[in-house]
Amino acid sequence: MTNVSTPGTGTPEADPSAERPEPRPGDPEITPELVADHGISPEEYERILRIMGREPTFTELGVFSAMWSEHCGYKNSKRLLRLLPTEAPWVILGPGENAGVIDVGEGLALAFKIESHNHPSAVEPYQGAATGVGGILRDIFTMGARPIAVLDSLRFGDLDSGRNRYLFSGVVKGIGDYGNCMGIPNIGGEVQFDRAYDGNPLVNAMALGLMKREELIKGEASGVGNTLMAVGARTGRDGIHGATFASEELSEDADESSRPQVQVGDPFTEKLLLEASLELIRSGHIVGIQDMGAAGLTSSASEMAGRAGSGVVLDTARVPVREEGMTPYEILLSESQERMLVVARRGQEEEVRRILEKWELEAESVGEVTDDGFFRIEEGGRLVANIPALPLTDGCPTYEREGIEGVEVQALREMDLTSVLEPEGDLSNHFLDLLGSPNVGSRRWIHDQFDTTVRTSTVIRPGGDAGVVRIGNTRRGVAATTDCNGRFCYLDPREGARAAVAEAARNLVCTGALPTAVTNNLNFGNPLKPHIYHQMREAVLGMAEACKLFETPVTGGNVSLYNETDGRAVYPTPVIGMVGIIDDVDRVVGSTFQQEGDVIVLLGENREEIGASEFLYHFHDGTVAGYPPVVDLVAERRLQHGVLALAEAGLLRSAHDCSEGGLACALAQSAVGGDGPARGLRVKLHERIAPVALLFGETTGRIVISVRPEDENEVLGMCRNHGVPARVLGTVGTEGGAFRIDAPRGLINVPVDQVHHRYYHAIPSYMDREDRSDDARSQIDA
Amino acid sequence: MRIAVITFPGSNCDHDCYRALKLTDGVAPEFRWHRDTDLGGVDAVVLPGGFSYGDYLRAGAIARFSPIMEAVGAFARAGGPVVGICNGFQVLCESGLLPGALLRNPSLRFQSYPVHIRVETTATPFTSQYRKGQVLQVPIAHGEGSYHAPPEVLAELEGDDRIVFRYSTADGGLAPEANPNGSAHHIAGIVNEGRNVLGMMPHPERAVEELLGSTDGRGIFQSLVHHLSAGATP
Repeated sequence: MTNVSTPGTGTPEADPSAERPEPRPGDPEITPELVADHGISPEEYERILRIMGREPTFTELGVFSAMWSEHCGYKNSKRLLRLLPTEAPWVILGPGENAGVIDVGEGLALAFKIESHNHPSAVEPYQGAATGVGGILRDIFTMGARPIAVLDSLRFGDLDSGRNRYLFSGVVKGIGDYGNCMGIPNIGGEVQFDRAYDGNPLVNAMALGLMKREELIKGEASGVGNTLMAVGARTGRDGIHGATFASEELSEDADESSRPQVQVGDPFTEKLLLEASLELIRSGHIVGIQDMGAAGLTSSASEMAGRAGSGVVLDTARVPVREEGMTPYEILLSESQERMLVVARRGQEEEVRRILEKWELEAESVGEVTDDGFFRIEEGGRLVANIPALPLTDGCPTYEREGIEGVEVQALREMDLTSVLEPEGDLSNHFLDLLGSPNVGSRRWIHDQFDTTVRTSTVIRPGGDAGVVRIGNTRRGVAATTDCNGRFCYLDPREGARAAVAEAARNLVCTGALPTAVTNNLNFGNPLKPHIYHQMREAVLGMAEACKLFETPVTGGNVSLYNETDGRAVYPTPVIGMVGIIDDVDRVVGSTFQQEGDVIVLLGENREEIGASEFLYHFHDGTVAGYPPVVDLVAERRLQHGVLALAEAGLLRSAHDCSEGGLACALAQSAVGGDGPARGLRVKLHERIAPVALLFGETTGRIVISVRPEDENEVLGMCRNHGVPARVLGTVGTEGGAFRIDAPRGLINVPVDQVHHRYYHAIPSYMDREDRSDDARSQIDA
Repeated sequence: MRIAVITFPGSNCDHDCYRALKLTDGVAPEFRWHRDTDLGGVDAVVLPGGFSYGDYLRAGAIARFSPIMEAVGAFARAGGPVVGICNGFQVLCESGLLPGALLRNPSLRFQSYPVHIRVETTATPFTSQYRKGQVLQVPIAHGEGSYHAPPEVLAELEGDDRIVFRYSTADGGLAPEANPNGSAHHIAGIVNEGRNVLGMMPHPERAVEELLGSTDGRGIFQSLVHHLSAGATP
């Protein structure tokens, strides 16, 4: 059932008159083993032979291997991605460029994108995560946009393992050190801990950037005779074949042997590169610019040529290198960080160099734009590779695989969970335990290591439902969030993906922002396995459905496959990065209660759902089973409109989405989550469903709001008009008072200071253990 | 009045300082580049936060050698007001314009959140518009902010009323848990002997707008304007 195709016109005929490179002395002979080692299948090699009309040289084989890797070529996901909605009147640039771009009004445009650095982070958490942030920031500023915020979506195994604590702390430090040095505020994101991510953490970084509409520049090599210039750091031997590495499964012993494929970040050089790039773009001396990211010089040069429909010639001997004796193969495939490829207008190379010198950076002319459609590589004038550019970038075979749901998941979904719902009466201890789990508790341990207020524009710092930054000198704001519940997606990928889009949108409307557009990061296992491909297809279908209904087109993103360790895949984790626009930042709504006596109202309905919950995982030995909560997209849409209307009318004192840990934990987060004092509350629930489900179930489509007592009737009336179920739950209590929730068959009654303590110690209680470093070291050595 | 904001390669709070100065009545901010050798007749200088030259060796250790720092040093020695914030404070210590050093936070982590600082003296060009004992809420964002100096220097700072801000609780108490980075004597900011050079770790330029959570940092810039327009010495 495997089905191969090439987009466009099928495999082009080779041009027999194209010049052939002589084999380079010292290059290995092309053998079936060497081809296989490059991750190229026999069928794909056949296609290469047809494109070339001859056997490729070693250098050419390396170039194909990188460009046709999953990481660059999207060969197993491209067909699915076409199912996603990508258009709307406000979309300026959709998928296919370095980042998506949308119109945010007042002549301004917002570039944003999410990208994964999972494999490098599994091997070298600090550098892996740091360079992940570096890469996504380059994607933004090479569009001409100044980065204004970063977020991250992280997954790790449980924190009781020393190895996981080592990965977690290294990743957080790596993200922090890079973004902090660059001076880009971190405004949020998410983290989840689950044993499904043991050995294969997920590190997805998202960045947003702002530009004037006319400053948008594309990664195109246009204008025959224009000069290609390598800019920034020198090229070394680090990260060679990183793109191919990212497209393989990890093995238990991957750590040590794979280290050389991980790059090292230098945020200082990147900061200079940022300033220099923006100055260059504004100077008008260049026509195109692109990050040398995955597959380095190869992908940047060939993609720029491919997009412009032109050709390029590059001389590797002219590329500034860090070490002697690098071969064209190595120079082309190096993933040394903080490098860019710039297309300078012919005759303006000196001006380009002058701008870079101001920022203490190097620029070297390494080639030029041609019109023959070839990706031509020379080494000191000798031809070493000559490949048709378009088939190289767009001719990667794409596959539609067989997808069948795994039987294991079917069984888990049908598991009888009635005993889980049995506990009744005083559930205070359950509540405190759950609130103290790293999946529910405060993320402050993470955010405190990130600069969240640099650039003096952060209106909502991390820890709320979504981060919000002011747009330039306007009254407008942009809100951003990342969301995905991997457990939901594991048990039902389509429903889980719908839930992820719905949660992202809920998080945005809770701040008062209108959901506007999406970037996604599809993290999955090995697509060649039918049950994994099934997950991918279902998740994309669910995402497409929700994004269409919400009018939040997908403007780009990233696919990370082969997230497996020793044959075991992570949960399907299609992370949604969503941005929203706020017309007046003074109307921004926070997630925490503001005032004693305010009325607490629940929007949405409580249902008896406990499947896939943190309660189940936490109290039942890591069980992930049952049906994930049902998502009613139409009801979600009504809820979004209702909340936005309330925010617009200035009626909301706080709004907070219900997610992990359910209604009780959402109420706790609103009570103790902010910088202000912890406030108690008194809440009465009426539904006669199992109290465990009522208090801790993760039913979607619910938002906890608080309103002034005098506004209560108006709020309920507006909700009725919008078709949003709304019910008064109780009132905000005194500072340091009791946190009390009464349900028909259950009760939570604890001093709010205890709630505060458990909430804020959830992560520190693991991370501040004395044994951390030794523990981690023994795990690495083992 | 004209106030220069110095940009080193790696500065990342230069634009924030510029903006905060611009929002202060009576101030016309200007950027100065690290390779400049002349301050161009400005009335005061701000050394902003960031990671000058990447701070790979030691925060501020390279910036002190940049051409502009010679001019800043001469300006400071002639009594011109200089404010160093965060990395700027580190640069001032490395340059010898302020005593002591800023060591790595004992947590070994970057720490970024709003803190409270108490105004210890109003007898400086930077704090005249505050009340003594007033508690300000201002964010910190640093990895190397633990102020240390030899005992005799600390005694001198105490004795000469040169400790300008101390980390405190919200109601102005001094407590170890309110001292985010283990600074000696809870020090968050000091002035030099001439009282014209201020170094502080918290970021007042991030606390000048209600929308962003606090306006408590305005007083520093307003005090500076007051000082310059009065032409007075403290």
